Amino acid sequence: MNKKLRSNLITYGIVILAFIVCQVAISGSIDGFKMTRSLKGQLIPICVYIVMAVSLNLTVGISGELSLGHAGFMSVGAFSGIIMSSWLVSAFQMENELVRLLLAMIAGGVFAGIAGVLIGIPVLRLRGDYLAIVTLAFGEIIRNVLNTLYFSVDGKALHIGFNNPNLTGKIVYNGPAGAVGVDKIATFEMGFVLILFTLFVVLNLINSRSGRAIMAIRDSRIAAESVGLNVTKYKMMAFVTSAVLAGMAGALYGLNYSTVTAAKFKFDTSILVLVFVVLGGIGNIRGSIIAAALLTLLPELLRSFSTYRMLVYAIVLILVMLATNSPMMKSVLSSITGKIKALLSGRKAKSGKAGDAA
Amino acid sequence: MTQPKKRLLDTKMVPVPSQSIVPERDVDKRPVLETRHLGIEFGGLKAVEDFNIAVGPTEICGLIGPNGAGKTTVFNLLTKVYQPTTGTVLINGKDTSGMNTEQANRMGIARTFQNIRLFSNMTVEDNVRIGLHNQIRYGMFSGILRLPQFWQGEKKQHEKALDLLSIFGMQDMANVKAGSLPYGAQRRLEIVRALATNPSLLLLDEPAAGMNPHETEELMQNIIKIRDQFQIAVMLIEHDMNLVMGICEGICVLNYGRIIAKGTPDEIQSNPVVIEAYLGSQHKEVE
Repeated sequence: MNKKLRSNLITYGIVILAFIVCQVAISGSIDGFKMTRSLKGQLIPICVYIVMAVSLNLTVGISGELSLGHAGFMSVGAFSGIIMSSWLVSAFQMENELVRLLLAMIAGGVFAGIAGVLIGIPVLRLRGDYLAIVTLAFGEIIRNVLNTLYFSVDGKALHIGFNNPNLTGKIVYNGPAGAVGVDKIATFEMGFVLILFTLFVVLNLINSRSGRAIMAIRDSRIAAESVGLNVTKYKMMAFVTSAVLAGMAGALYGLNYSTVTAAKFKFDTSILVLVFVVLGGIGNIRGSIIAAALLTLLPELLRSFSTYRMLVYAIVLILVMLATNSPMMKSVLSSITGKIKALLSGRKAKSGKAGDAA
Repeated sequence: MTQPKKRLLDTKMVPVPSQSIVPERDVDKRPVLETRHLGIEFGGLKAVEDFNIAVGPTEICGLIGPNGAGKTTVFNLLTKVYQPTTGTVLINGKDTSGMNTEQANRMGIARTFQNIRLFSNMTVEDNVRIGLHNQIRYGMFSGILRLPQFWQGEKKQHEKALDLLSIFGMQDMANVKAGSLPYGAQRRLEIVRALATNPSLLLLDEPAAGMNPHETEELMQNIIKIRDQFQIAVMLIEHDMNLVMGICEGICVLNYGRIIAKGTPDEIQSNPVVIEAYLGSQHKEVE
């Protein structure tokens, strides 16, 4: 229990430390340590992808169900967030961006959660590869349905058109053309808060009665049933929680761009998030955070390679996978960390003795 | 069949309706488990047929038979892993048809597995805590928001789990990963986890498999201890005849999916049908 608590605190600590470093870099108060413009533009996507990776890890790593439709929940969250934000402006002339962003994210979470329940009911009856294929299909279905929808706001009214762009009022979401003229109200600070919120929900869920039940079902479904666990309920709990968090991340993502189309949430995005989870270690929350941050930054850092950067990206992915899976590399890594630990404890012992002598 | 060294229990068995016998002390009480013409077919093959049995509320009952006789299938029928094609299972007098494994467990039936199925990546204590899932409860939101119910529930679960582990003297191993326990300890942990669900009937599928004679001896004492302490019925499948003849009050012999004999250990040992099932019909020719 104590070990788990310490590990969780380290995870929170890494996130908070990274945030402080970023803030210092943005302010440029230290000479020669200033964030470039292109890097600054990556901050919110990094936050979004971290939340996506952690929430997908809840489904894939903790609940043990391979889901390939996570971008679908992100898109539901993104567009419900954008529509919510525009509706708040048109209905209540709400100018406070922080409140609008918060409400948009809540709306994103709620609608993605509803989508999660609707998809979870049929999908969670399946197991293994079948579940992966059907979630993939649902991700595509969500994207294609979004391509046929039109939304407009007119005062307090919200109009929805199906295959019909002739709506009264100001068009917010324009079918295949996506959401246009979105207020860019997303902030890096909110991204940071969302990461902390996600960690709070996921880590606390894992270390509770419900979380243990979810992991028990992953380890042995038959044994879990035999001790009276409701398998469907706990699979659903993990799936829907994951969808809600993805929806909130989606809302933040959508409100970071002036134009967002459904094409942004393709199958590629689901796979990208899955790559973060796999590279960070399935079931390892801290790993997901680090992998998502580094792999979102990598293409940006490799910009000087211009045409070759995706090639280098792919090679880095393969190398990381080989390195983390080979027993030789593992033993080398563990021996290094062992030495560092021994060094640190040795130094502590020495300083302790010095203190005694003094 | 080897001759048993000693009998740990001696009870008179008396007949009850549903063509079965229970210990005399349980005869006035409602049987904890009753099956009526229970059977299952797998594509025309009758794996279990016309299985009638009654188990008294504090009985230790043995289910034996040659390999492939359908013993584990009977356990799977009782715990609703399989749905019977004929007949019904009554637990504490309540019909369980249409229920699933989870509901059967809530009715008071808990089991262990022939091939151990622990949550091997979790600690010993967490394994028992999962058994306590329906006994000590708090909601998902109390868990996420760390409300007082969470702290109370966790504390109660911790205490109860250590309490249960102490039956087998395993409280010192609470923080060990279940998968890294020695084989015998894993079997014992499975029994503790099943007991944590507060059952009225405990099904043990080959509890002594892979144990040495000393461990088996200890297990026999522990099964009796559990029965006395929790006042529950125990039904076990076992090939170790010392264990079966030593602690079972009633024994039911299964062959080719059918009950071929029921009775006390002494009756079973001298039953020619049982001897034939185990040793083959040459026995007769010799006579």
